[in-house]
Amino acid sequence: MERVLTALSHREPDRVPLFLLLTLHGARELGLSIEEYFSSSENVVRGQLAMLRRYGHDCIYAFFHASLEAEAWGGSTIFRDDGPPNAGAPPLKADAIASLAPPRVTDAPGLVRVLEAQRGLRQAVGDSVPIIGVVMSPFSLPVMQLGFDAYLDIMFDRPDLMQRLMEVNAAFCADWGNAQLAAGAHAICYFDPLASPKMIDPSLYRRFGWPAALRALNAIKGPTATHLASGPCLGVVEDLAGSGTAMVGVGGEEELAAVKNRCCGRLTVFGNLNGIAMRSWDEAAAIAEVKGAIDAAGQGGGFILSDQHGEIPWQVPERTLEQVAQATREYGRYPLQGGRG
Amino acid sequence: MIVSYPTGHLSDVSASPSADLLEIALVNMDRLALQRIYSASGLTPLFFCEQFITPALVGIGEKWDRGELSLSHVYMSGRLCEDFMEQSFRGAPLSRASEERVALAVLEDYHLLGKRLVGFVLRGGGVDYLDYGTVTAAELVRRVQEDSVRVLLISALMLPSALKVREVRDKLDQAGVTCRIIVGGAPFRLDPSLCDEVGADFCCANASQVLPALKQVSGGEP
Repeated sequence: MERVLTALSHREPDRVPLFLLLTLHGARELGLSIEEYFSSSENVVRGQLAMLRRYGHDCIYAFFHASLEAEAWGGSTIFRDDGPPNAGAPPLKADAIASLAPPRVTDAPGLVRVLEAQRGLRQAVGDSVPIIGVVMSPFSLPVMQLGFDAYLDIMFDRPDLMQRLMEVNAAFCADWGNAQLAAGAHAICYFDPLASPKMIDPSLYRRFGWPAALRALNAIKGPTATHLASGPCLGVVEDLAGSGTAMVGVGGEEELAAVKNRCCGRLTVFGNLNGIAMRSWDEAAAIAEVKGAIDAAGQGGGFILSDQHGEIPWQVPERTLEQVAQATREYGRYPLQGGRG
Repeated sequence: MIVSYPTGHLSDVSASPSADLLEIALVNMDRLALQRIYSASGLTPLFFCEQFITPALVGIGEKWDRGELSLSHVYMSGRLCEDFMEQSFRGAPLSRASEERVALAVLEDYHLLGKRLVGFVLRGGGVDYLDYGTVTAAELVRRVQEDSVRVLLISALMLPSALKVREVRDKLDQAGVTCRIIVGGAPFRLDPSLCDEVGADFCCANASQVLPALKQVSGGEP
């Protein structure tokens, strides 16, 4: 925990912290199917603890899958045996927004399972390692609630419904984040891929997404990290810094060093190993990628090594993850060799 | 960096209509300018698609690729063109004759925005296609055989869906079906080697690349 807190305070700890944001691999640790694994909070507790032992990384990722939030709004989950559970058909139509009310967290069995897992994990690790909970942002959740194209239509054509949706979603987001903190999470990762200028015109983000982020993040009673799920961030980095978040999870389309420079002293940067390419890395590639990221952003703290998307694909072998963890231990020790950074 | 488009000279479209002006009109969501550019062009619907809409959507796609525009610009530009064509060309023959039967699909995924963006570009380019929606690999292969599809477009957002293209490729090969596969979507952008891994013939970095890709795999006009 101290390593992470030091990095977050923009100072150099003993080494660069490593967040392996692993969800699905817990099923393989236990020899279960992905659907079976997520059906029980106990499985996730055992899976996360097994991965913590195996990789010795610096967090517990108490996230199941995004479609659990869609379920809370009436949606469904489609399981597959080789990847993250996927949200089924969108549960909402535009005409429902005017009278929409946020669901209660305790009424959603999937969310309750997540809370049970976080309680179990906190009991097991205490404050030795940060437990990270996850919420979908009010601005990005509608992709699952309504479908992306229907959501964009509302964003452009119905600003009245858009404002209403942001209010309802922000209330739910804060309740869900606070429930996780109360259950045992130390911090909340606020997933907001649509905040990236790659996805939504920043003028629209500033009109709808940023005010919703401000409401939700200010109401969440604990530290938060905003993740853009592989999206570039430089076009909105000032907005993110002003939203109250402490960290930003970034993708690989922008130079990591440039992102670090812009965030320096204000936002801790986490990223940006390419999880999809990681499937085929050999040991030399794993070392080169870890060194490259640490060289680009490690100097002075304020950096946590992680993947770029916020979830490592099922297809990444355990051996590669071990090599990433080993390379971080070897090359991430402060002071960085030769004053890298 | 998001491009800031000027709006002032859109008032001059009657004098010199161009695809560049149409691009500006689309990004600014200026329906009136779009209609005026069409009127001033003096072109038939099909030629307007070829000479104005297609290059404008390609330009917007390339700017998205370079980080100069957002996906929301790409979507709204496509939607505007689709609305315009439905209203202006109702009843007019838009599709050109093609020897290649084209189909568009998503494999086992409900993320359909990418497919819709490709659909905008195909319609804007006057290309007729079969929309299979979300299908399994086995269902896709069956429908390709039944419909004698010769070019298959697959849009993917999730890695497992992208990897399913391999299954489609293998099943088509086993069945002796000659069908080129064009893929696109986030996993292919993040790891370009994925295109060869799944046995696709061509990978598009953005939706607007689908027309040149069709031309390339067809060895001529789409």
